[in-house]
Amino acid sequence: MTAEPDFDVVVVGAGIAGCVTAYRLAQAGRSVALVERGAAPGSKNLSGGVLYSRGLEEVFPDLLERAPIERRITRNYLQLLNAESAVGIDYQDRRLAEPVNAVTVLRARFDPWLAEQCEEAGADLLSGVRVDGVLREDGRVVGVRAGEDELRAHVVVAADGVNSFLARSAGLRGREPLHHLALGVKAVVALPEERLRERFHLTGDEGVAYAVVGDCTRGVGGGGFLYTNRASLSVGVVLRLDDLVAKGEDSAAVFDHFLAHPFVAPLLEGGEVVEYGSHLVAEGGLAMLGEVVTDGMVVVGDAAGLTINTGLTVRGMDLAVASGVAAASAVGRALDAGDTSRDGLAGYRRELLGSTAGRDLQTYAKAPAFLERERMYHDYGALLGDVLHRVYDHDLTPRRHLLDVARAELRRSPVRVRDLVRDGLAGVRAL
Amino acid sequence: MRTTSVPDRLAANSYVTDEEQPHIRVDQELARRTGCGDRLIAVCPAKVYSREADGTIGVEHAACLECGACLAVADPGVLEWTYPRGGFGVAFREG
Ligand SMILES: Cc1cc2nc3c(=O)[nH]c(=O)nc-3n(C[C@H](O)[C@H](O)[C@H](O)COP(=O)(O)OP(=O)(O)OC[C@H]3O[C@@H](n4cnc5c(N)ncnc54)[C@H](O)[C@@H]3O)c2cc1C
Ligand code: SF4
Repeated sequence: MTAEPDFDVVVVGAGIAGCVTAYRLAQAGRSVALVERGAAPGSKNLSGGVLYSRGLEEVFPDLLERAPIERRITRNYLQLLNAESAVGIDYQDRRLAEPVNAVTVLRARFDPWLAEQCEEAGADLLSGVRVDGVLREDGRVVGVRAGEDELRAHVVVAADGVNSFLARSAGLRGREPLHHLALGVKAVVALPEERLRERFHLTGDEGVAYAVVGDCTRGVGGGGFLYTNRASLSVGVVLRLDDLVAKGEDSAAVFDHFLAHPFVAPLLEGGEVVEYGSHLVAEGGLAMLGEVVTDGMVVVGDAAGLTINTGLTVRGMDLAVASGVAAASAVGRALDAGDTSRDGLAGYRRELLGSTAGRDLQTYAKAPAFLERERMYHDYGALLGDVLHRVYDHDLTPRRHLLDVARAELRRSPVRVRDLVRDGLAGVRAL
Repeated sequence: MRTTSVPDRLAANSYVTDEEQPHIRVDQELARRTGCGDRLIAVCPAKVYSREADGTIGVEHAACLECGACLAVADPGVLEWTYPRGGFGVAFREG
């Protein structure tokens, strides 16, 4: 005999995906338990920090007034870093401020606010509880196990992040191939607000996001980032795990190298490391999206592998939001219909792939493979740096036209013209 | 910014260490046979793993940042790795 469920829905993980799912379902009058292993929501969570906020604003229309956000991003800086030089593209635009496009967040502050909204909507938050696996009966998921305790529900939502032991426990995920994962290593560096504004040319609560590629990862596929918070910087590297292992590099040493780089160190000058963290990033894009539905369970956010890395932006939080929204509506419909089997829940995948986020996943399906091209990480930045060096370095030799300079540097560089053409075309198609 | 070492940086973090149930266990025999120790040592940003004088892998589980990278790169079976019990482990104040 099957016991009566304790809740309509048990959501495991009070990150962004879990909170959005729980909030939407609680708001619709469902009984929801939101289970989080951290002593408080957010205490286990880490991101680079740029949240593309429009999707979350659809869930919380007053998000920007009420939530603890750090800064509105109005400036994006792309930096190609070489050992001796750096080339930057500095893009600032008032149009990014109104309406707000992206904000920086610190998850240990942001997630508690989200969880609070869930509680206000009627969800029961159970913090400090680690879920150990799913409960199964007759092949279907009927709840979760946490130590001696069992929580039963019509539907379990696995929102437990990139390592999702829950999706594994339900047989939806296996061991992930290493090229689908990257290691993020990050520090938060405190800097007085005034100092930070001056250094990054910011007014009010505006902020800047640096994406850094090239000599910041000691040749390991990946990149660096530096984002401004209110009175601190989020600074880190994202390293493709397969390449990190293949190159035998030490992740902490790569991180040290980035912090000490002559083009990064001055930005951190006078700062103090107040936190050091690491987290995996799902990097596989669409190829990593596995089964997201089984009888009695759906998988959302990072647990489903929902991240897009184009090299210029790492997006996961807005995809977590989108999957939460799609899951909540599909679960709601399945509960109404009294069919929470795999078929009854199948609307979730359709809705997810049909959403803007889902369509973006399809658009960028080729981005991960494109970013595996080695040339992206050193040769191009170096080539550009060398061309510009010839342009600006008046070394008493006669000047040459830019085209000749570029041709000559291209000959000296390991990059072949056909690589340039091929990578260019692949880039245009993938990104 | 003055240069920081990994221990300096970790010292800024807050942790609730579970003294009773360490959440990482290494199968030393399998680690030796597969030779994956160096990989664990290199990949871990918190320097949880180290090479002991007798060649086995030392584990300083209290420093763990709970990223899961070691588990992802270890040969199957070498690590018994779970998240710490609820409420224990690293507690980010920034994130
Ligand atoms: C270095 C780095 C930089 C990034 N930069 C960006 C960026 O700039 N912009 C962006 O949008 N995205 C970025 N991302 C990706 C982004 O952080 C993730 O996509 C996002 O956090 C996913 O949210 P989530 O809710 O799915 O998972 P998570 O935020 O990981 O939440 C999972 C939750 O589940 C809980 N949990 C896990 N297991 C259990 C269990 N067994 N029992 C109970 N609770 C459990 C965890 O404690 C956690 O609260 C970055 C990631 C990293 C690592
Ligand atoms: S989970 Fe991350 S921080 Fe912890 S031991 Fe493994 S690699 Fe190191």
